Amino acid sequence: MPTTIKVNGVDRTVDVDSDTALLWVLRDVLGMTGTKFGCGMALCGACTVHVDGVATRSCITPIDSVSASEITTIEAIGATAAGAKIQKAWLDREVVQCGYCQSGQIMSASALLASNPHPTDSDIDDAMSGNICRCGTYVRIREAIKQAAQSNGQGG
Amino acid sequence: MILNHLTSPAAGPGRSPSANDFSRRSFLQAGAAAGGGLLLSLRLPFATGDAEAADGFAPNAFIGIGRDGQIVLTMPYVEMGQGTYTSIPMLIAEELEVDLKQVKLEHAPPNEKLYGNPLLGGVQATGNSNAIRAAWQPLRQAGAIARTMLVSAAAKRWNVDPASCRAQSGEVLHPPTGRSITYGKLAADAARVPIPKGVVLKRAEDFKLIGTPAKRLDTPSKVNGTAVYGIDVRPPGVKIATLAQSPVFGGRVKRVDDSAAKAVKGVRQIVRLDDAVAVVADHMGAAKKGLAALVIEWDDGPHAKLDTDDIVSELETATLNSGAVAQNIGNTDKAMASAVTKVEATYQVPFLAHATMEPMNCTVHVRKDGCEVWVGNQVLARAQATAAKTTGLPLDKVVVHNHLIGGGFGRRLEIDGVTRAVEIAKHVDGPVKVVWTREEDIQHDMYRPYWFDRISAGLDEKGMPVAWNHRFAGSSVIARWAPPLFNNGLDPDTTDGAIDLVYALPNMHVEYLRVEPPGIPTAFWRSVGPSHNVFVTESFMDELAAAAKQDPVAYRLVLLDKTPRAKAVLALAAEKAGWGQPLPQRVGRGVSVQFVFATYLAQVAEVEVSKDGAVRVRRVVCAVDCGTVVNPDTVRAQIQSAVMFGITAALYGKITLKDGRVEQTNFDTYQILRMNEAPAVEVHVVQSSELPGGMGEAGTSAIVPAVTNAIFAATGKRLRKLPIDTAVLKQSA
Repeated sequence: MPTTIKVNGVDRTVDVDSDTALLWVLRDVLGMTGTKFGCGMALCGACTVHVDGVATRSCITPIDSVSASEITTIEAIGATAAGAKIQKAWLDREVVQCGYCQSGQIMSASALLASNPHPTDSDIDDAMSGNICRCGTYVRIREAIKQAAQSNGQGG
Repeated sequence: MILNHLTSPAAGPGRSPSANDFSRRSFLQAGAAAGGGLLLSLRLPFATGDAEAADGFAPNAFIGIGRDGQIVLTMPYVEMGQGTYTSIPMLIAEELEVDLKQVKLEHAPPNEKLYGNPLLGGVQATGNSNAIRAAWQPLRQAGAIARTMLVSAAAKRWNVDPASCRAQSGEVLHPPTGRSITYGKLAADAARVPIPKGVVLKRAEDFKLIGTPAKRLDTPSKVNGTAVYGIDVRPPGVKIATLAQSPVFGGRVKRVDDSAAKAVKGVRQIVRLDDAVAVVADHMGAAKKGLAALVIEWDDGPHAKLDTDDIVSELETATLNSGAVAQNIGNTDKAMASAVTKVEATYQVPFLAHATMEPMNCTVHVRKDGCEVWVGNQVLARAQATAAKTTGLPLDKVVVHNHLIGGGFGRRLEIDGVTRAVEIAKHVDGPVKVVWTREEDIQHDMYRPYWFDRISAGLDEKGMPVAWNHRFAGSSVIARWAPPLFNNGLDPDTTDGAIDLVYALPNMHVEYLRVEPPGIPTAFWRSVGPSHNVFVTESFMDELAAAAKQDPVAYRLVLLDKTPRAKAVLALAAEKAGWGQPLPQRVGRGVSVQFVFATYLAQVAEVEVSKDGAVRVRRVVCAVDCGTVVNPDTVRAQIQSAVMFGITAALYGKITLKDGRVEQTNFDTYQILRMNEAPAVEVHVVQSSELPGGMGEAGTSAIVPAVTNAIFAATGKRLRKLPIDTAVLKQSA
């Protein structure tokens, strides 16, 4: 049965089983390949998107559970204030190596910064520990989040 | 700067026309230019006659300059995160005299004659941390030759002495008259200039790019979701497949009931192979659901009862016999007999999976008259060859498109995933993308070998080593991967880090026994041989210091007089780490120093062990001398990265077999270090004008013994088997 979801502000109707994970709809049906497949079990965070602003693992999110939600992906996160700051910090700090996990890292970090303009190290640990980076770019991810937070100014 | 064909939507079925056009040309060996060192004898492909490409100037296989001024650099090494798509362009651009932002990059097509790696026996491979070492001389030459020809063309046009012209930022200038002309406008003329026999390379003090931190060229596309990895390609009409391979290596499919799978919405086809079953569907969700609905009966074959313990006991037994002599200095038996103290130990390291973040995948379209492959792979020509062999098509009917790689670490130096995808695609009408689930990726990896070591040393009355005897057994990956490099029972990788220690050891004997485990394939893995040998040798050196009741840094320094670069990095790391300063209870510092991949590296790890045995690496200080640095930021990044990779292995890395099946399945049972566990990592780079060393892997081998040595300092417990067993680190009540 066709299901309509709203991705990056655009309604998209797809005809897949209602329990199909959002990840496969984005990647294989809609051709939005910025969101990555890593584990299929919400263990690595590569597939992270925002559902109504909340960082969500799209690999275990059935499409029928988000039909009333606003979905934001890496392709559009730069249009949000937090996302733009995070992307800039990622470039300034040269965070990226292979880059495969970084869509998910950026989505998690953007959600953190949007809800918490001045995260502590512990806040960063809590928000980011669900995102694995096999290249081990964690030192720079932490620095970049802090840089992005600084650009929020004192008192955010 | 544009990554041509590397970002969507340009990527896909389109070819890289200029790269392929260049590669069709015939090439000959260049005359040796200025400079020295081991790279002088390399063959560099240069155009035979004129250097005129269809649309401009292509003096060699790496550089194309269009009449529109577009400069295209073709990358002979693949980008998998190590920064090669920035550092290789830096080498060319330095001599070509262009800015990095002026160049467009293309992946090299499979062509071993043009793009073979001279340091890997001519195989078109990216690995062994050697891209910069292999490219250092020839790719600067490539740039210098192109620049020389452009300058000649301008001088001829202006009727002036070429020596009165100079090149800068993609233009040739004639300072006496103030004239200038762009490379694009010179392209047609330059293509008719004879290729110079020799060129003079720039002196280090004239470098503008080399040695300065350059922004990575691949980063922008990787932060906005437009980068195209192999798994992202979408040729028109592509179907998605996922698969189940025999859970026991060497097993076969006995029976398949696919009725339920075929009933899943979106499933199009079930492909049954001898040892695997694939579900082809409209999307991965349907393919996975179909796979779960399959009922497959397997014939497990000869390894149905194999356990890791069986393999370990075979290795252990093997080390009771002598092996191939990998190193022999002095008279170790005699020195051992006269030693005042004798220390001996056994060490073991486990099988390890690569667990690249991008799961194994490959997209293939098999037609009657040709085959197209889209993949991110470290050995492109082998990918092409296996596709040709599997389809029965001639090599020139197989087109391979390379893509960005979401983590290699040696996994993509193998072509099993390409072969498998082509086997499946032969049964599918139209293109099919074969994507492995994470479980399939971990359970059908090709694994870093298990090694078992016996090591002993004799100490004199001062506690210093006078005899060193080391024997180990395990798989030789090289013997399978590059048989000509395996000679007299030895290969250059398996013994790397065991035979050429930085220390002055007057009597040293090292033996290796090649023992291939049954029922589990082995492969390269970040730092491969050194990931094992440096753990053993640097742990054991720590044991010797402890036996001599000496400080581990001071003990090592005494042995480093003949290797001043090693001594310097050790002293620097110790100083920056605050070696010797007091630490709280159950916190310790551990050290390691090594020379592998042509790079000197010392690390000090500061580790905390909780009362329940949990290990936390708090801080890592690294001092590195990798010779001439091309991109300093990449050197730092690679060490930071390799340190995390090594800590993951030290704390968690273990692949085990039970009844022939790999027991680990996903990131819950094969854990990777996470943000909350990541230490601070400081990197101190020594200024050097020596030839460049490799940086991709060195940090991984160094960190593991630094961590276990720190645990010894914190708890008095010596760990000789990986991964770290936290149970033995519990504080007794």
